[in-house]
Amino acid sequence: MAQLTRRTTDLLKPFSAALSSTRLLTTTSTTPITVETSLPFTGHRIDPPSRTVETTPQELMSFFRDMALMRRMEIAADSLYKAKLIRGFCHLYDGQEAVAVGMEAAITKKDCIITAYRDHCIFIGRGGTLLQCFSELMGRKDGCSKGKGGSMHFYKKESGFYGGHGIVGAQVPLGCGLAFAQKYSKDENVTFAMYGDGAANQGQLFEALNMAALWDLPAILVCENNHYGMGTAEWRAAKSPSYYKRGDYVPGLKVDGMDAFAVKQACKFAKEHVLKNGPIILEMDTYRYHGHSMSDPGSTYRTRDEISGVRQERDPVERIRKLVLSHDLATEKELKDIEKEVRKEVDEAIAQAKESPMPDPSELFTNVYVKGYGVEAFGADRKELKAVLP
Amino acid sequence: MAAAVTQGIGATAALSSANSNKFQFTTRRSLSERKGSSIVIRSDGNPRAGLNQHSNSTRQLVTNAVSTKPESAAASTVSKPGHELLLFEALREGLEEEMDRDPHVCVIGEDVGHYGGSYKVTKGLADKYGDLRVLDTPIAENSFTGMAIGAAMTGLRPVVEGMNMGFLLLAFNQISNNCGMLHYTSGGQFKIPVVIRGPGGVGRQLGAEHSQRLESYFQSIPGIQMVACSTAYNAKGLMKAAIRSENPVILFEHVLLYNLKERIPDEEYVLNLEEAEMVRPGEHVTILTYSRMRYHVMQAAKTLVNKGYDPEVIDIRSLKPFDLYTIGNSVKKTHRVIIVEECMRTGGIGASLTASINENFHDYLDAPIVCLSSQDVPTPYAASLEEWTVVQPAQIVAAVEQLCQ
Repeated sequence: MAQLTRRTTDLLKPFSAALSSTRLLTTTSTTPITVETSLPFTGHRIDPPSRTVETTPQELMSFFRDMALMRRMEIAADSLYKAKLIRGFCHLYDGQEAVAVGMEAAITKKDCIITAYRDHCIFIGRGGTLLQCFSELMGRKDGCSKGKGGSMHFYKKESGFYGGHGIVGAQVPLGCGLAFAQKYSKDENVTFAMYGDGAANQGQLFEALNMAALWDLPAILVCENNHYGMGTAEWRAAKSPSYYKRGDYVPGLKVDGMDAFAVKQACKFAKEHVLKNGPIILEMDTYRYHGHSMSDPGSTYRTRDEISGVRQERDPVERIRKLVLSHDLATEKELKDIEKEVRKEVDEAIAQAKESPMPDPSELFTNVYVKGYGVEAFGADRKELKAVLP
Repeated sequence: MAAAVTQGIGATAALSSANSNKFQFTTRRSLSERKGSSIVIRSDGNPRAGLNQHSNSTRQLVTNAVSTKPESAAASTVSKPGHELLLFEALREGLEEEMDRDPHVCVIGEDVGHYGGSYKVTKGLADKYGDLRVLDTPIAENSFTGMAIGAAMTGLRPVVEGMNMGFLLLAFNQISNNCGMLHYTSGGQFKIPVVIRGPGGVGRQLGAEHSQRLESYFQSIPGIQMVACSTAYNAKGLMKAAIRSENPVILFEHVLLYNLKERIPDEEYVLNLEEAEMVRPGEHVTILTYSRMRYHVMQAAKTLVNKGYDPEVIDIRSLKPFDLYTIGNSVKKTHRVIIVEECMRTGGIGASLTASINENFHDYLDAPIVCLSSQDVPTPYAASLEEWTVVQPAQIVAAVEQLCQ
């Protein structure tokens, strides 16, 4: 089949040129396409939105490219970790890309996102560059947190990405605080506070949810349920694994997290809902191919068959690829070219990040305090005895 | 005991303003830094674009480290007699002035709104500023402290009240990991201008769990500042400075000091967060103290003066970082140091201060540093036992006598 198409394209070069130009037009066109989500939504105390999602060829292609980029980036991070260029903890997001990409498609950069430590792809989705990402992972100066944060502490203030937090569950009250500030300044934006199925059993989550519901804060709590809290399966950790129902008095929605359009629809719906009615919980049913982190092989608590089964049946990038092909927006080859291009981009970013220098030793003491009312952080030699006044 | 405390206040008024004149500074810079573009709805329902009330900048700011008695020769205070109030009212005044000045300042805590605060520090504020700005929370310290920190990341300036400092142990993760460290781990992107305040210390038979001294637990968190107020004057000044500071500040108040009456200036003043207060200059020995122990020390000082000693008493006020400049100058003068604190002996503020002074001023010391702290026991309920868990004036007198032999 591939040979046939090749021969025909050779023979029909002038026509193929015309064809490719029309295809180029379609990839940037905004003529709406309707897509059905893989599964219907399940609601708790709320009427779920419809399964039909409007999209455009441009959006479909951008989904494919973004998810391919994220997938490639995480796999590159895997090799970098094994080459001991990334140290410490490295939690990879491959398999869950649909959540990051779908969410971004539904919101603006003025809305806030806060998540836990599996934050590399969300950072990219929020507009972070590959260079900043890899530099931070390798602890270099050009990293988004100047090399001082590491894998679990990516932040991008200008685009409303509030990190990047290592302690499980602690980001949810922070997220409700972001929503509180949004309500305080009445700016019609919302906050997505993301957490995992492991964090869903934290008490502070329910405390924060109570307060968000009490004061009608525009907080959307997104549970990325990848079914394993490190090595513990959800049925062993939670009496009630229906995380979207755990809000009790707070409405919830269960979403297929491997379908970027379901995620987009749910986030759009949630944003409209919380601006009027207070918080909502979204449970994204998703899966991670890697283990919990690079120190976890990921196969001691689940079978390889399970992992490959999900990869074959539910992979988010594959789903978009099939959609693109079925709507005839690009050929197999073109999609492969995009993946090659993405791979090159990632490799270039890694090479550039490797060139980036380590932070200056004086950076050890910067940013401990904000310079303001004459605070001087004392260095280890304590030579500074006097507080410096402005 | 109450009589002793008020006598102590009389003793604290004698001081010099020599040091404080050096540290004049303006707060005009912070006014311009705080230009935000958000529209804030005030409690009366009117949206206000832009924040700064520039009328405040025309007021003269007095930045004395200590309050001056009207008849003392200090030229820095304008000769208004001031007004008399209790310490909790001074805290409220400071808070209210800052809330008037900057719409981003809000209060979050249990029973701070309608109830008026369990120690009346926020009384009347909810009526004036509305329920969103003076927020009554459910009993969930961990998460409402986390919420305050999240709000601070976007530019709000919350003042979190722990009903008792001991309850903030539940929020330790948020204070340590998020409050203290976010500025650093984000490479400077986020500032956390939050103030965490509340009463702590040993009170009147409140029991072990309500008599916690948390300064020792928080002192090694990088990125936070800690201050302890002890008089109405420094309570108001430190409250205002803490709110204006871009760093997270933990303001330690004391349960027994809320009803201290003092005359404070009418004009606006902000104190330096990192400066220690010279309570009584002297020649023989340096006594370093903070919070309630200041009054025990001053009471002991009266006895010591009668016995012919001349102690120099410094209220260190800034628990993190220490004002090693003032302390150092004092050590270089007297060569003997006693630290009197209410913290536990093990790992307390006194322990850190001893280490700092030894490290930096070892050559100037004629004798080892003596540190008088509370006993390493849970605070008992019985009055006689509770009295002996904290340092009493008689013990201070005995320690000075032994040191100055």
